[in-house]
Formats: sequence, C-alpha cells, structure tokens
Amino acid sequence: MRPNARTFVGYAALAVAGLLGPLVLPAYTTQFAFLWVMVVFALTWDVLGGQMGYNSFGNVVYFGIGMYVCAIVQVAPFTDLAEYTSAYGTQDIGLSHLQYYAGLAAGCLVAAVVAVAVAFVLGSGILGLRGHYFAICTLGLGIAAGEIAAGIDIIGAGSGMVTPLYPGEIDARNRFFYYLCFALAVVTFFTLRRLYAGRFGLAINAIRDDEDKAEAMGIHTTRYKTVAWCIAAFFLAISGGLVGNMVGFIDPTDVAFSAATFGVWMVLMAILGGKGTIWGPVLGAVIFHVTQELFWTYLLGWQRVALGLSIVLIVIFFPQGIVGWLRERFPERFGPRIEAASEQAGEPAR
Amino acid sequence: MSNLQLLVDAPILLVQLIVDGLLVGAIFALAAYGMALVWGVMNVINVAQGEFVMIGGYVAYAIYTLGIHPLFGVPAAALFLFVLGWAIYRLVIFRVVDRDLFISLLATFGLSILIQQLLNQIFTSDVQSADAGLDTLFLFNGLVTVSEIKLVAFALTFVIAVCLVVFLKSSRLGQAIRATAQNARAARILGIDTDRVYAATYALNAALCGAAGALVAMTWVIQPFQGLAYTVRSFMIVVVAGLGNLPGVIVAALGLGAAEQLAGFILGAEFQIAFVFGLLVVVLLARSYRLRRKRQYLK
Repeated sequence: MRPNARTFVGYAALAVAGLLGPLVLPAYTTQFAFLWVMVVFALTWDVLGGQMGYNSFGNVVYFGIGMYVCAIVQVAPFTDLAEYTSAYGTQDIGLSHLQYYAGLAAGCLVAAVVAVAVAFVLGSGILGLRGHYFAICTLGLGIAAGEIAAGIDIIGAGSGMVTPLYPGEIDARNRFFYYLCFALAVVTFFTLRRLYAGRFGLAINAIRDDEDKAEAMGIHTTRYKTVAWCIAAFFLAISGGLVGNMVGFIDPTDVAFSAATFGVWMVLMAILGGKGTIWGPVLGAVIFHVTQELFWTYLLGWQRVALGLSIVLIVIFFPQGIVGWLRERFPERFGPRIEAASEQAGEPAR
Repeated sequence: MSNLQLLVDAPILLVQLIVDGLLVGAIFALAAYGMALVWGVMNVINVAQGEFVMIGGYVAYAIYTLGIHPLFGVPAAALFLFVLGWAIYRLVIFRVVDRDLFISLLATFGLSILIQQLLNQIFTSDVQSADAGLDTLFLFNGLVTVSEIKLVAFALTFVIAVCLVVFLKSSRLGQAIRATAQNARAARILGIDTDRVYAATYALNAALCGAAGALVAMTWVIQPFQGLAYTVRSFMIVVVAGLGNLPGVIVAALGLGAAEQLAGFILGAEFQIAFVFGLLVVVLLARSYRLRRKRQYLK
C-alpha cells in the first residue's frame, strides 16, 4: 500500500498518543499497559479465529505457558526454584538492574521458544481437526493446562508463584512495562499486517473460505495452520511473560490459564471489533478495555454475567463486528481497494 | 503412582473403582445422548450442555433445601429445564440454527459463560450436594461400598433412556424429530413444522440434562464451574459412539466413567479433570489419525 499522507498522519498520531500516554496520565499507566496487552490478545486470536476461520477457545494456554516459563527463567539462575516457590514470595532474591533486565529478556525469549514448540506439537496434531472438533478440543486444552499447572509442585502448584521484584521504584516499573507492552503490540500489529498482505495471508484466508479447495490447489493446509498457531503462540507467550511480571503473582487458574477472563475476552474483543480484519481486533480491544475499566466496577460482581450476555448478543446480532459493519455500510471509505487487492493478489513484494 | 501398586496388591479396590465408575457413567450417558440428539437434528454443538446439567443439579438442590426429598428433583429439574430450553431456543438458538457453525458454537459458548456466572452469582462458588438420605450397601465383607442412591440413579437413567427411545420411535413428535434429522428440507415439504421440532429437540435435550444434573447433585457434587467438564464428556462420548447410536452412547459413557475413576485413583484426584480433558484430545487425535490415512476428516 502506498503510504499516503493521511495514513502517515494517522499512524504518527497513534504513535505519539501511545508514547506520551503514561506521561500525560501517569496514574493510569498500568491500565494503559493492559490495553496494549488486550490488543495483542485480540490480534493473535484473530490469526486463527478471524483470518483462518478456526475457533480457538484455548489460546490462553500459550499465554500461561509464557508466564510460567518466563518466571522460571528469571528465578532459576539465582536461587533454588523449589525453595523459592515454597516460600510463597517471602524469599527476596534481590536482583540488580542488569540481572533483572537480562532475566526478563531471556525469560521472554525462552517463553516464546517453548510456546512455539508446544504450538507446533499440539498444532500438527489437533489442527488436523476441523470445525466443531477443533473448537471443543481447544476448549478442553485451556482448562486441562490450568489443572495440570495447579498440580505441579515445583511451580507452586495451586498456590501459584511470585515473580521477582523490580529493582527500582514503582513508577519506573510501571512505565518500563508500559513501554514493553506498547512495543509488543506495535510489533505484533505490523508483523501480522505484513504477513496478511503476503502469500501466508492468502493461504490462511483460502483455508477459511474452503479448506478442501485450498488443499486441492496445493496448499499444505495443516502446515499453514500450524504456522499460524505458532505465530499466535509466539506473541501470546511474550505477553504472558510481561503480564506475569506486571501482576507480580501467577495463579495457575485465575491469572495464567484463566479461561474465564482472558480466554473469553480474546474471543469477544476480536468479534466485537470485526474478525478477519487487521484493525478490527485493535478497535475491539480498545473499546472493550475502556468500557471495562470505566463501567464494570458499577456492575458489582455481575461483570462476567454481562460478559457472557454480550458474547451471545454480539455473535447473534452483530457477527461482522464494527469494522465489518463499516465496510458494508461505507464501502467507498473502508472497503477493500482495487489497487491494494491487485497488489496482494500477485507475488508478495519480496 | 504408588496407588498403582496398591491396585495390584488389592484387586478388590479395582472392583470398587469400576463399580463407582459405571454408576457415574450412566449419568454421563443422559447428557451425552441429549447432545447427540441436538447435534444430529439441528447440527448445533451445544457448548452450554454442561451448564444445563448444573442448572438441573441446582434445581434438585433448591428442592432439597426446601425440605422435599431430592428424588422429586429429577422430574422437577427435567420440567424446569424443558421450559428453559424452549425459552433459550426461542430467544437465541433459532437465530443460529441455519447459520454457519462458527456462529452457533460461539453463541452457545457465550450462553455457557452466561449461565455459569449466573449460577455463581446466585448460589456462590461453593460445592453443594443434595443428600437423599439413603443407605450404603456393603459387599464383599465391606470391602466394596455402593451407596444406594447411586444404584437408584443408575436405574433411573435406564428408565429415562427407555422412555426416550419409545418416545422417539412411536410418538408423533418423535417421528417428526427423526424425520427432521434425516432431511430437514424433505420434512418441511411433508408439512412438518421444523422450527417447532427444533424447539422440542432442544428443550428435550435440556430436560435430559436437567434429569442428569439432579442425579449428579444427589450422587456427587455440583459447582457452577464444573459444567464444562460435562460438556466435554458428552462431546467425547458422542464422538466415540457416533450420532444416533444409543447403545454406543451408553457403553462409551460407562467406559468413560470407569476410566475416569481409575485415572483419578492412580494419578491422584487433582488430576481427574485434567485427565478428562486430556482424554478428549487423545480421542479426537486417534479418530482423526485413522481418517487421515483415508484422506478424510471428522465431519
């Protein structure tokens, strides 16, 4: 797509807003950081759910794996892991700045590698399933992972695990994680946009539209599906590592493998914004997160009931999502463009 | 794994576990048959299946707290769930029946979250059960214990299953349901109101789940978030047995019950739920692996 002035200004404005956000409103830094995490959630769910047409209720598995692996990598070189977890966070390992940053970087990297490996193994098996079967299978996966993590003693079993303390003051910590989450969301967005514009995007869209025909055309469907899941797992694992450190405490079923919150939110946000589009999940995540932060405290514990209700309502009455609706309503402004389409249809630029 | 050694040393424990498993498995069969019915007739996978089971359980529990014997909860739960199922069909499901699979899956998934959280708000997340006040039988010099309520539940399951078969075979509505399952378009041409048939099927499914749930509340425990496990169990049983195969569903359900009890004993109770979900993955993979060699996939 040719970078015309208007899109450039748009991106620049978003970038400035993202960079200056925590400086203008320092009290909301953590909420803003979670906003970017939500964007990553929705974007990664959309790789399978929207672009490929595979309902996954179990993506939260990679988030949890990332969280645990990152924390283990951060803690294990400096102290005995079993001792650390059995002390329930009372043992302070007192990391220096360098140790902390190096540990976090290594942790996120290892987390991503492990999650991709898991996604590859799981994916090459269960992505041979289609439709109902894949969806229910992933539904089981998320719960099973939480139950298994809650049964393993070395990572704290049911009582969870505490991530290392940030060596610095709380404001600096919040800002540090905010910019990491922001960077992650930006990198995820542009990586996926690039991928969707090329052969990969065409292949997974073909799988969504008609898998049998795609296979007949010579697309290695299972391979593409597995790669798509690995990409989602990669970004989710890194976001898991960051969130684990941001929250400071990893609970196996309420934080790491939380099917009832994060796992459901991913689905809702992507559908609300418009699945199968690049901006849809971003928009959905922003709207959902802002609504949640502003209004949900007034619901006094009925939030999750409202969550279920809103999924039913959105799926039934508004399945195309906001961006999908805009495309239908204002095709001249938001619809797919011919130049862009003809460029996409050919070989990818590089 | 030390429990495995225990099983080898004292095989009578195995008998106990298998008896427990078979008795529990019969209850799974009810929910599974309901799922197979909806799946076969409407081509909708009802992800909220387990939540219907839990609602049934809470109906029985509510009746129990009112001081009425919880066995009356079985018909009460079935009736309540029948009405609720009809209402849910009229509100939600009829909008998704003819649309693609993606939408029906997500809609029932949303329903399941909604019901789960509603139950959590109303009854809190505590584990509940309804005590039927029946005795326990001691067999083999007291080495094997069987609570009578489990036997009653087992027998009731079979009574309900027989009633269902007779209903589907001979009643007017049952025949309409089977005709719609075979070919909905042809059924419409022949003057069957398929929308009503769908509503009846969905309500019937909910009623079956309700009865199963009431039995669960008496023989086991209920908790708002345990529903998903019943959905997954039903799904697994149907996948193994196939659609429209009641004997197969019963055998698979009994087998699953026994396998679950054994796994819970050998691996430890904390891994029992993980075992159910793990088994689901294994069952699906095994099915799809066999089909893939023939260049087919699960449909």
